[in-house]
Amino acid sequence: MQEKRRRRLERIAWELRGDIVAMVANAKSGHCGGPLGLAEVFSVLYFHSMRHDAKKPLWRERDRLYLSNGHVCAVLYAALARSGYFPPEELLSFRKLGSRLQGHPHRNERIGIETTAGMLGQGLSVSVGAALAARLDKSKRRVYCVASDGECQEGSTWEAAMAASNYNLSNLTLLIDYNNVQISGHVSEVMRLEPFAAKWKAFGWNVLEARGNDVESVAQAIEKAKLEKSRPTAIICRTTLGKGVSFMEDNPEWHGKPPDAEQARRALEEISERLEKL
Amino acid sequence: MKLNSKFTEKKATRDGLGDGLLELGRNPKVVVLCADLEESTKTKAFKQKHPKRFFEAGVAEMNLVGMAAGLALDGYIPFATTFAVFGTGLAYGTVRQSVAINKANVKLACTHAGVTVGEDGETHQMLEDVSLMTGLGITTVVPCDYLEAKRATIAAASWPGSLYLRFGREKTPIITDASTPFKIGEAEIFRDGSDIAIIANGIEVFQALEAAKILKTKGVSARVINCHTLPLDEKTVLKAARACGAIVTAEEHSIHGGLGSTVSRLLAEKAPTPTEFVGTRSFGESGTASQLMERHGLTAPYIARVAALAESRK
Repeated sequence: MQEKRRRRLERIAWELRGDIVAMVANAKSGHCGGPLGLAEVFSVLYFHSMRHDAKKPLWRERDRLYLSNGHVCAVLYAALARSGYFPPEELLSFRKLGSRLQGHPHRNERIGIETTAGMLGQGLSVSVGAALAARLDKSKRRVYCVASDGECQEGSTWEAAMAASNYNLSNLTLLIDYNNVQISGHVSEVMRLEPFAAKWKAFGWNVLEARGNDVESVAQAIEKAKLEKSRPTAIICRTTLGKGVSFMEDNPEWHGKPPDAEQARRALEEISERLEKL
Repeated sequence: MKLNSKFTEKKATRDGLGDGLLELGRNPKVVVLCADLEESTKTKAFKQKHPKRFFEAGVAEMNLVGMAAGLALDGYIPFATTFAVFGTGLAYGTVRQSVAINKANVKLACTHAGVTVGEDGETHQMLEDVSLMTGLGITTVVPCDYLEAKRATIAAASWPGSLYLRFGREKTPIITDASTPFKIGEAEIFRDGSDIAIIANGIEVFQALEAAKILKTKGVSARVINCHTLPLDEKTVLKAARACGAIVTAEEHSIHGGLGSTVSRLLAEKAPTPTEFVGTRSFGESGTASQLMERHGLTAPYIARVAALAESRK
């Protein structure tokens, strides 16, 4: 990746972090730990890897992104706003009555929200259906699904995993946010997922690992997935919950808690310091 | 109303699903999804004719429904087929979020509803599905016979939005013919009458027609309405309530949250009328279909008795 491109994607990731903190603090509710950890993944997807056009949101050949762990939607909304799907000011309507930016995503393709999510373990199934549709259409469009590690405790995730492999859906890429945190603690303590990569391999998937907070590592894995000809690809993205805000990092408390005004000020300060250095 | 008055030919409504899908095969947007039940749900013929548009989900009903939603979001018309207890019960959360809230154009077509599943017993006799699906705002169609089941399947493809189609396993009399009107959302008066109205759906429409014959011998004139769709055709129901002054509802489904509950809510709001309910009040059990119809009070003589009761409350 060119240095200039890498720096741009990093910059966008930190801008998304600023949006996330502002949105959740303004809403006085919502999740910011997960979204902060996913900033690089969404920067790469929306500003590097995916073929999409905010001016033509219904373009049939667009790559699709189905967010399965709906509670991290602040990062999706921020990425969509910065891509031009809707004005950035609208981000402050997050979680408010009448908003298009619901507490968990409500499908609205015109602003880039491809599916409703909230109840976990459904996004991968919908993505399998979309990948089958792309194949029926003889289209080259790709289907991306973002899911969480904790979400892989849902049995339905593995129903979909089986089907994606059974149908050799090489047009499907799953990015798993592996921050090892779920609402009540560390995933490894709540319900062990390891050996995680081995599980996906055993289900017939091409499995890649990426440093999820490193834009280059994420982008390389996504490019590698595009070369796979017969299997779906799972990219296990090792991320840090709350990345970029020192007091939130890897602390399960910040899975689903909004920062108060003082915490938000400190978080935004840390983020802007970082942005200045980029 | 023109009906097939002989009632001699019998066929299961699930065969109507299979034959309807086969006819829909001409539409390249129609795809069929199955959960390891192609023989029972009668989707095998479609699979053989259109293998590329047939998707096996295996014994994984949540994924069956989720995949159907994904196909629907990209413009296909998926029929997700399985048994009613799995499609609406086991996969309820997926139907709620990925189909109903998502406004995905999925046709959930389920067979083996009701006690007439028979010997398989209570675990397989789904009696709460209409309540679950209408609670999600999903338009629900319960065809009265094979022919109507086939026509409902064909009509479902062009219906704008998700639908729940409910079919049975058992062979039941064919009571309609090609000239019988059928339109999703419109109830039809299958027999006119003025003393009591029997509002029925599914295989209970035949039982209601038989009950009307019994009532006639007792000097009671019964109107029989085939009310295959929920939400209700309110106009037809209110007209019947006002003309007859007493109502019986009949469904092969729990009395909680199905046709009867829906009719009585409408009547309570707009035209309070003495109403009695024919439907199940407990889980099923093993037995033959006819034994279970008897056991749960779903047969014509029982409907006639309940009708007399409603009439006496006028």
